[in-house]
Amino acid sequence: MRRWLSQHRAAFGLAVRRLAAAPFNTLLSLLVIGIALTLPAFGYLALDNLRELGRNASGAQQISVFVEVGAARKDVVEIENRLRGLSTVRFSFVPRDEALKRLQKSDEMAEIVASLPRNPLPDAFVVEPADTAPEALEALRAELASWPKVAHVQLDSAWVKRFDAFLRLGKLAVLLLAGLFGAGLVAVTFNTIRLQVMAQAAEIEVARMIGATDGFIRRPFSYFGALQGGLGGLLAAALVYGALRLLAGPVGELAALYGGSFALHAPAATDVAALAAVGALLGWIGAQLSVSLSLRAFD
Amino acid sequence: MIVANSLTKRYPGGFEALAGVSFEIRAGELVLITGHSGAGKTTLVKLIASIERPTSGSLVVNGQNLSALRRSAIPYVRRHFGLIFQDQKLLFDRSALDNVLLPLQIAGLPHREAVRRAQAALDKVGLLKREKANPIALSGGEQQRLAIARAVVNRPTVLLADEPTANLDADSAADIRRLFADFHRVGVTVVVATHDQAWIDHCGGNMLRLAHGRVA
Repeated sequence: MRRWLSQHRAAFGLAVRRLAAAPFNTLLSLLVIGIALTLPAFGYLALDNLRELGRNASGAQQISVFVEVGAARKDVVEIENRLRGLSTVRFSFVPRDEALKRLQKSDEMAEIVASLPRNPLPDAFVVEPADTAPEALEALRAELASWPKVAHVQLDSAWVKRFDAFLRLGKLAVLLLAGLFGAGLVAVTFNTIRLQVMAQAAEIEVARMIGATDGFIRRPFSYFGALQGGLGGLLAAALVYGALRLLAGPVGELAALYGGSFALHAPAATDVAALAAVGALLGWIGAQLSVSLSLRAFD
Repeated sequence: MIVANSLTKRYPGGFEALAGVSFEIRAGELVLITGHSGAGKTTLVKLIASIERPTSGSLVVNGQNLSALRRSAIPYVRRHFGLIFQDQKLLFDRSALDNVLLPLQIAGLPHREAVRRAQAALDKVGLLKREKANPIALSGGEQQRLAIARAVVNRPTVLLADEPTANLDADSAADIRRLFADFHRVGVTVVVATHDQAWIDHCGGNMLRLAHGRVA
């Protein structure tokens, strides 16, 4: 075990030294990898922000539950208790008097409301489900509608479906982009490692003659590929963060023009770690492919 | 220790470098493989070191049949040998000490112990004072001694050399011969392919003469 660890430590050290030995080449490779990872990562975060925007849009993923006009207080309490029993929703109660007051505040409706002999509005609950998938919303709507003394359940399902379809399309585009640029990253690492193997052909030949296993020869290159990919991933995270910072101002202003407030959220620590891990994995794969093919040429 | 039975090596194109060679080398022996150029000496060394595979016949080293060896097992077999080549195969991008350290790094020795053993091997061949020198700065004889230090640092059971004194002046060649004799005296099996007449004339061991790929 000690020997195994010692060999891995030496291989890692060698990979770091090789990265540091050619800083300009390393920088160029990191830039290529970083940019290749930036585009899908930015797309992913943009979609994430859009999903958040959709969630925040007024009434977008809310369900309004209207109680029958003649329902007694105990019926309303019963509905409230049932809602409290659903662990995956948040809700608020809008009494019919409160609803009328809100309507009276509206310029267009004030006159009409004033002419009414009595309050025609029912008590209502505004429900915000945690799961905003269209199927889940539809299922919840149907369940709420089946409760006693519930007159009507309103869900703007068409809007939700359209928005969800748009998000799914965007997700697919990001996945395709990620696949394309991921392959590019593997190719970049493949080529870098191939050049390194060629430059170290003499060392590899001697090492094999004196008993080096393929694993021993492969190890520094694998670490190199993973390190290069991982650093490229971190660079991509930095680029995405920079781009989001640049966009934050104009997006905030745009949201304000529509009477809302919205702030783009930057990549979380887990996003950064995931990006570095994906970069490292792709770099490692590129290195494995390259060394395997090169070692075959040595046989 | 090394037993060959009807060993044949045929290269693509049909050239038969070895044709049914049989011999036995016992542990602790010193054996010179001799013969004219093209007799099959280098091919035999490469087969013993598992650098090449025989076309037919069997070659058993330390009880292992090399002809039937899996590819993944070959590196571990090679670690039993100390290999020395006519062109030394040194690495010129690192110091003499680092060249000798390589087999120990492959074996996974902790760095401190590896350095201690590499320095001891350099001392044995008289190069300790030049441990930091790049091999390119060493003379031909010193380079060959460095190659020997690298070959013996892992304490191999067999020292296997291909023309180790070729291209060396008489004094350097005598130094190399003395070193091989020293290792033989301490019990290492030494197998050397050579056409060095001085060595052949004063060989203290056995001779395996090859001619046109056969034992003469």
